[in-house]
Amino acid sequence: MELKSQNDTWKPRIVAFFCNWCTYTAADLAGVSRIKHEPNVRVIRVMCSGRVDPQFVIDAFVKGADGVLIGGCHIGDCHYIDGNHKTIRRFAMLKRILKDMGIEDERFRLEWISASEGEKVKTVTNDMVEKLEKLGPLGLPKKFIAWDEEMNHLELEISKPKEEIEHV
Amino acid sequence: MSEKPKVAFYWCASCGGCEESIVDLAEGLLDVIEKVDIVFWPVAMDFKTSDVEAMADKSIFASFINGCIRTSEQEEMAHLLRKKSKVVVAYGSCAHTGGIPGLANQFAREQILTYVYDEAPTVTNENKVRPEVEHRMNGASVTLPAFRNVVRTLDQVIDVDYYIPGCAPTPKIAQEALQILLSGELPPNATVLAPDIALCDQCPRKDSKPEEFEYHGFKRPQWTDIDPEKCFLAQEIFCMGPATRGGCESLCIGGNMPCTGCFGPTCRVKDQGAKILSSICSALSAKDKDEIEKILDSIPDPLGTFYRYGLAGSLLRRNVKLPVS
Amino acid sequence: MTSTKQNGEVRIGYFVCHCGHNIGATIDVLKVADVIKNLPGVVISREYKYMCSDPGQEMIQEDIKEHNLNRIVVAACSPLLHENTFRRATEKAGINQYYFHMVNIRENASWVHVDKAEATRKAIDLSRAAIQRVFFHQALEKKQVSINPNVLVVGGGISGIHAALTLAKAGKKVYLVERDPTIGGLMAKFDKTFPTLDCAACILTPKMTEVKNHPNIELMTYSEVEKVSGFVGQYKATIKRKPRYIKEDVCVGCLDCIDACIYKDGKYYDEFNVGLSKRKPVYIPFPQATPQLVVFDPEACVRLKRGKCKETCVEKCDRDAIDFDQKEKFEEIEIGSVIVATGFQIFDAKKIPYYGYGKYQNVYNALEIERLVNSSGPTGGQVVMRNGEVPKKIGIIHCVGSRDEKTNIWCSRVCCTYSVKLAHLLKELSGADVYNFYIDMRTPGKGQEEFYNQVMREGVHFIRGRVAEVTDWAAEKEEQGKLIIRVEDTLIGVVRRIPVDMVVLGVGVEPHSDADKIRRLFNISCSTEGFYLEKHPKLAPFDTASDGVYIAGGCQGPKDITDAVAQAGAAAAEALALIDKGFIEMEPNTAFISEDNCSGCKSCIPLCPYTAISFDEEVFKAKINEVLCKGCGTCVAACPSAAIDQNLFTNDQIYNEIDGLLKYEIV
Ligand code: SF4
Ligand code: SF4
Ligand code: FES
Repeated sequence: MELKSQNDTWKPRIVAFFCNWCTYTAADLAGVSRIKHEPNVRVIRVMCSGRVDPQFVIDAFVKGADGVLIGGCHIGDCHYIDGNHKTIRRFAMLKRILKDMGIEDERFRLEWISASEGEKVKTVTNDMVEKLEKLGPLGLPKKFIAWDEEMNHLELEISKPKEEIEHV
Repeated sequence: MSEKPKVAFYWCASCGGCEESIVDLAEGLLDVIEKVDIVFWPVAMDFKTSDVEAMADKSIFASFINGCIRTSEQEEMAHLLRKKSKVVVAYGSCAHTGGIPGLANQFAREQILTYVYDEAPTVTNENKVRPEVEHRMNGASVTLPAFRNVVRTLDQVIDVDYYIPGCAPTPKIAQEALQILLSGELPPNATVLAPDIALCDQCPRKDSKPEEFEYHGFKRPQWTDIDPEKCFLAQEIFCMGPATRGGCESLCIGGNMPCTGCFGPTCRVKDQGAKILSSICSALSAKDKDEIEKILDSIPDPLGTFYRYGLAGSLLRRNVKLPVS
Repeated sequence: MTSTKQNGEVRIGYFVCHCGHNIGATIDVLKVADVIKNLPGVVISREYKYMCSDPGQEMIQEDIKEHNLNRIVVAACSPLLHENTFRRATEKAGINQYYFHMVNIRENASWVHVDKAEATRKAIDLSRAAIQRVFFHQALEKKQVSINPNVLVVGGGISGIHAALTLAKAGKKVYLVERDPTIGGLMAKFDKTFPTLDCAACILTPKMTEVKNHPNIELMTYSEVEKVSGFVGQYKATIKRKPRYIKEDVCVGCLDCIDACIYKDGKYYDEFNVGLSKRKPVYIPFPQATPQLVVFDPEACVRLKRGKCKETCVEKCDRDAIDFDQKEKFEEIEIGSVIVATGFQIFDAKKIPYYGYGKYQNVYNALEIERLVNSSGPTGGQVVMRNGEVPKKIGIIHCVGSRDEKTNIWCSRVCCTYSVKLAHLLKELSGADVYNFYIDMRTPGKGQEEFYNQVMREGVHFIRGRVAEVTDWAAEKEEQGKLIIRVEDTLIGVVRRIPVDMVVLGVGVEPHSDADKIRRLFNISCSTEGFYLEKHPKLAPFDTASDGVYIAGGCQGPKDITDAVAQAGAAAAEALALIDKGFIEMEPNTAFISEDNCSGCKSCIPLCPYTAISFDEEVFKAKINEVLCKGCGTCVAACPSAAIDQNLFTNDQIYNEIDGLLKYEIV
């Protein structure tokens, strides 16, 4: 059902949350100006970077993202006055947590990209892709399966008749 | 007697507090015993695993399992009880969200064993003996349960029907849950049997929280002269209350200590730690990066603070860099 | 886990657009349609050449009816472009428009990627996310907000004046705020205007008077916008009124006080004549200043500085109009829309030290020359240099602070033509030999090239080349005492030294140094160079991303008077369209708190930038005022027990987008 190339080689997959007013518009501008860049980013539009719940970021990693990018207006330019101030504060703490949980710094990025910075959409995307390619896949869905493999053996045994499980 | 619903209690990786909480039901316990037939309770009664194995599938009405799952034996018992029971209840924080033992998911199995068997200051283990899953001696083999790489919540191992939260569940919450279950009208699957609203709702100090505030830094409770009337957050003492399910009768708050989050999040939240992070950090007073970092430094162990009881059950579950085996 | 009701069976129609070749050339549209067809909930999956065309829209509508669809996903261009088109089409077929969702596979994919397989894969991922998302869509109604018909115009230059008059003539009340003591802006300083050479004052002054006298215009000069709050239709602005130390309603503009001042002659920098003359502590910017009111300069006036003076001015004033105790005042006004027309500033030529501005006294910037050649200027229109002499040879350097990597990279658009104009005026008035040094001659616009040709015929020299240096170092005798312009004449390929008496720098234009502060008040974005960003560079050059805030004139980019006026008219027309409609429909993307779930933790309350969240002490829950909420979603992300959600961007919708984007991983 899926395209064949999906199973071929691994390519980093980035989930991006772009605010409607600056970064989403900048991505549109990159489009209108035909600024070619790496095809790894999947954008979710939100009204403001302040809407990005840290749970979204973690959930994206858990569902298989190799990187998460938040794009918002420059400080002082948020369409909602200071939504991005809240973003930067949460981001700082979430970075600490992710680090403690073994997720590399380069995988989670916050960028201020104004509506006129179509070019920056490209530089940020390409740079992030390059870094993630170096890091390799995060691959949490597979990891979770691998973690739980240690239980499979037992589950099989339990479904077998009792005498086969030895107790002393 | 046999008409009464059969009930089992079992403990896995836990401190024993949950068992204690059942004993704490006091007279309430007698009520319970009156209504049910306890068929398995290793802590208090002499039944063997083989007795359970001999029971017909689904013949136990409800099994209350506390503790998280760290060893193969715990897995085995969880599966066994699942098979024999109509209803499985994860009892207490550890079974529910991983609890304190779940914090071990920050470390590799080997790190833990090395510390516990070699490095801990109270240990002398010159021969570097380690527990083995199977040990052969004089032709006989002795086995121990395998110590897993990952700490798991109960529902990461078997299907769980209900949850009773708390470290440990309060007698009130436990009794109410029992009553609900015994009433015959079972709530929807996967319900947490506690109010689905954060603790602030019931907090005796709620009036003292101002509407406008920001955090300039957090004080540690042990070094602070805590105002016993005032909202902890309003005193810039970190409190998990806003992100934690109520129903605990605000016991910690009553003891002049902030909530640490043992009841877990409300049902709408996927990740309790991420949520408290979001709400607290949004309201920092700082505007630029350095100032922000400085305030964040006042929470020395954010992971252990935000995920004290919830790491194993959180979205990430475990430090993702750790080896599988 | 979910709180969103799913009403009945979800039946999704998926439509993917080729956009001619725009999408189709890079994305395998057939394949996308094929993959999406098999996703749960999808009843029909189609591709079409141009979804936004009438037949495309009709196709959607027919499918809705025929297949009983209740969710529509269109994968095409950016939602910022066509979301409304498809929402309307959806609504027309009888289902609520918010059951529609748009996937951006053009700007976000086909236009920016080359690898077809990857672009196709991306289109599938984005579409899958949308398919999963629409399961959680709900019927919503647009909010209506009424429009306050009053308009605030910021900036009293030609753009602001024109916009204000247009609105006033249409019967709307206008507050025109200007920070200088008079309106008129840069244009008031100009002498004659290109290419027709009509005198700036003659065409501007009547408009200024009209502003002053128009009953619908409340003119607030010497005032600044301090604070703006609210939203389209319902803005509130605080205007700071700086003290003139004159009772504005009493002063008749007789100017007796100026004569009476203890200073017999001017001593302070005269802003209007850009320093070519001096003024007194009490002054009127220029004879036609509007309003006709004097100003006391608190930095210069002895009474204001030291608290003590003979106060000869007070003595002289018959009307008792002077009031040294005046304080700054703040006035609050209510308006429904705003036109920002704050203009530009000229480039500071000191930033290019090798042109000698500020070093050699006979190097001038173009604005100084405008004053110098003006018959009401400091020399009464005589071309007399700072050293008292009349120049015999003049060099005019184009592109100073324009088209220059080191300073400003953009073309300032007006300098070529004004330099040509100044060449004409200087030659006419002084009889001097005039040389123009240009990189390229840029004289677009009606009559401008013709004007250039005319001035060439008049005998003005044009030398093509970027000037390397202006120096007073004489290489030979006849260069002594002159300013030497060193330039490579690129038409003949020779480096030349041209000695002149006077150098005029054709300085470019740039955003005001405090443009950033002003745009932040109104939530306007800016482009990299700092000019205010229009909503669309071609179709909406007067509109901004902030609803009800329009821009006109030099603040949006370099332009001449003609274009500034045209843009001001367009901005005014836009404001009128808004006002006359009477209301505006707002996206229903507001946040809401579920009372059952709110614990009253108050975490959300301080976070809202619009104080839309209040606390109901009675029930001990937070509440969001739907009218005030602008839908940023900050509180939604912050509520620690997820008691808040946001329409159009619900948690369920976003989680499902995330899931849909990444689903392939787990297959
Ligand atoms: S943050 Fe959430 S729970 Fe707290 S007051 Fe606001 S809505 Fe209620
Ligand atoms: S979404 Fe929340 S924070 Fe944002 S404007 Fe609305 S109420 Fe205020
Ligand atoms: S609107 Fe862009 S960050 Fe807030």
